[in-house]
Amino acid sequence: MMSDTVGKRVVVAMSGGVDSSVTAALLKEQGYEVIGISLQLWDHTQSPEETTPGGCCSLDDLHDARRVAEQIGIPFYVYNAEEEFRRLVVDDFVAEYFAGRTPNPCARCNERVKFGLLLDRARELGAELLATGHYARIVRDEAGRYQLRTGLDSNKDQSYFLFTMSQEQLARTIFPVGGLTKPEVRELAERFGLKTAAKSESQEVCFIPDDNYARFLEEERGAGLLSGNIVDTTGKILGRHQGLYRYTVGQRRGLGIAHAHPLHVLGVDLERRDVIVGGKDELPRQGLMADAVNWIVPPEAVTIETSCRIRYRHRPVACRVTPLSDGRAEVRFVTPEPGVTPGQAVVFYDGATVLGGGWIAEAIMDEPCNE
Amino acid sequence: MSRRLVVSYSHNREFPPVQFVYLDNNATTQLHPQVLDAFIACSRERFGNPSSIHWAGRESRAALESAREQVARFCSCDPSEVIFTSGGTEADNLAIKGVAAASVRRGQHIITTSVEHPAVLASCLNLEQNGYAITRLAVDRFGRIDLAQLEAAITPKTILISAMWANNETGVIFPVAGIGDIAARHRIPFHCDAVQAAGWLPLDVRALGIGLLTLSGHKLHAPKGVGALITRKGVRLHAILHGGGQERNRRAGTENLPAVVAFGVACELVAASQAEASDRVRLLRDQLEAGILGLCPGAVVNGNPTERLPNTTNISFPGARVDSLLASLDLLGVAASSGAACSSGTVRHSPVLAAMGISPETAGGSIRFSLGRETTGEEIRYVLEILPTILERLRPGNAPRGA
Repeated sequence: MMSDTVGKRVVVAMSGGVDSSVTAALLKEQGYEVIGISLQLWDHTQSPEETTPGGCCSLDDLHDARRVAEQIGIPFYVYNAEEEFRRLVVDDFVAEYFAGRTPNPCARCNERVKFGLLLDRARELGAELLATGHYARIVRDEAGRYQLRTGLDSNKDQSYFLFTMSQEQLARTIFPVGGLTKPEVRELAERFGLKTAAKSESQEVCFIPDDNYARFLEEERGAGLLSGNIVDTTGKILGRHQGLYRYTVGQRRGLGIAHAHPLHVLGVDLERRDVIVGGKDELPRQGLMADAVNWIVPPEAVTIETSCRIRYRHRPVACRVTPLSDGRAEVRFVTPEPGVTPGQAVVFYDGATVLGGGWIAEAIMDEPCNE
Repeated sequence: MSRRLVVSYSHNREFPPVQFVYLDNNATTQLHPQVLDAFIACSRERFGNPSSIHWAGRESRAALESAREQVARFCSCDPSEVIFTSGGTEADNLAIKGVAAASVRRGQHIITTSVEHPAVLASCLNLEQNGYAITRLAVDRFGRIDLAQLEAAITPKTILISAMWANNETGVIFPVAGIGDIAARHRIPFHCDAVQAAGWLPLDVRALGIGLLTLSGHKLHAPKGVGALITRKGVRLHAILHGGGQERNRRAGTENLPAVVAFGVACELVAASQAEASDRVRLLRDQLEAGILGLCPGAVVNGNPTERLPNTTNISFPGARVDSLLASLDLLGVAASSGAACSSGTVRHSPVLAAMGISPETAGGSIRFSLGRETTGEEIRYVLEILPTILERLRPGNAPRGA
């Protein structure tokens, strides 16, 4: 093992969190020539409130990443990717909400900014490999293709956010903590004496540190746009709402309507600016249409019996996937599934192996068993 | 100055053996050994407060005044005209805000240039926000100002002209004598930030009509945290730091004596070697520049090709990522910099190059190499030896981008 790693140059994407810190320390211990990189994605000094600790790219996190790099003795550089992040992630995030969808900026960032940029930077610095602190695993199959697998710690698995990775990206990427559990990673952080050992997880979207999406969107585009009616499935008006982007499929709180039984958001009608609500029994959908599908394991059949996740931490459900032309796919759940949310990702799993995934374009609502 | 730089960065111990080459002397310089000796000796022996009347105070006062004389000789002024400060930034702030405060009745207009150090630009901006009018002279693509424009900008309300001697990013030298001449004719004080020029050019404030001159210790092999504002007799200046009556009531606070003493020694040393060092370093700089232009046909030197500091070259590598270029150089032990860095250490578009009309795409790939008195021909050869591999990796589209 040592002989493979000694003197081999690897770039570690350091976020300032415990996972990427341990990643860097582990690789250093294995004899790699480790270079730490952080991306500055968002200028937090321009945020009106700087008091809330931010997500993965605040100045505090850059500071932490730099301190960890100093501690373990590796060179460390910060790259400015604000322009790319603004254009490819933040603007997209806003546009998605205003198109009636619920975007997933972390998966978008991985797809459009992080891996492309970091792999380019790694190459420029003469590194063959890029390492990140994701909880996922990459293995090579007999045919020489790279496969993406779930992280060993099922509570922490982040493979859902990585479905867009290409063979080329997978070939040059390693996830050293993917085979570890979070408690093991924390233990390692303590053994290495890393400053970030006890750091808490970041949950919110990094460019909205106070988690107030609606305010962020209204600062971007102005308030009052997309306000409209709250209606039931028959079209009966039950109340008013302040903007479609304040609602996402399955949501129960914040409707402000007194009703005999709890109401859930079933979907939105962008043209009519309606938020459609109904009972919990009305949530399940028969399937979904996905677009921009990336196949890590190319499908070998017309229809694949597999399972899928339709949001992060979703328990995989059985489904049949039919790949279509133009990178689209039709997904049919074996049992109708609630919470199909346009804008989120659908990721296909065969056990621990990620077959591929795409972005949810729309839910399929038809009568079950009509085939 | 022949002592070799001994650096040990913990991170580099693990990397293949590299040579350390420091080509960022416009950012800061290493302490000269004799300067360090003076600093240590003063710290050990001269602990008294220079304002005290007893023997301990007297000893310190003597050391302070000797250093003042050394600095005065360095720029051809009277010792009473030397105000010690905490550095160049404070000296710039004192010059601009101090003159403004002393001239309120005369007017509220200041002329400066668009390529000044942030300490000057931000001080002017601060005054602007408080009602002052600021004229920022444009520069051409060689970084030159137009003296006719300067003269045309003067109004009866103009209280100060502030222009740097040499630019920190490009090394471009302004026509200081010409500016001093115009200022004298209009009886307006001329403040000159000479932080970058000091050590490379003779600084004769008396001959050049300079009213106020900023110096920084750490740019000429003295410690950080010390500098001076030369304020010629007759220039009206109010203090901006208030407290005790130190520095003739123009800068309160107990003097940073060890640093001041070290600063004095450094001034003497760089003055003694100025002509010789400038000639030697210019040759090395020209070798480096010619070598890079030979290796990289697209590369362009920014700034005035003739009126330029002998130690500085600012080169654009169009299309190359400057952050990766700097990091790659660093990984092989070569310290250089881009013109401007933000607090988190990322590279941003240089306002100086922007003012020269150089596009962000081009300026984005610009690197400043600033040589020092310790730089050797061997070090320049090393840089030229490692550059081709680095530039090859940086060529856009060298490897297909993962998609």
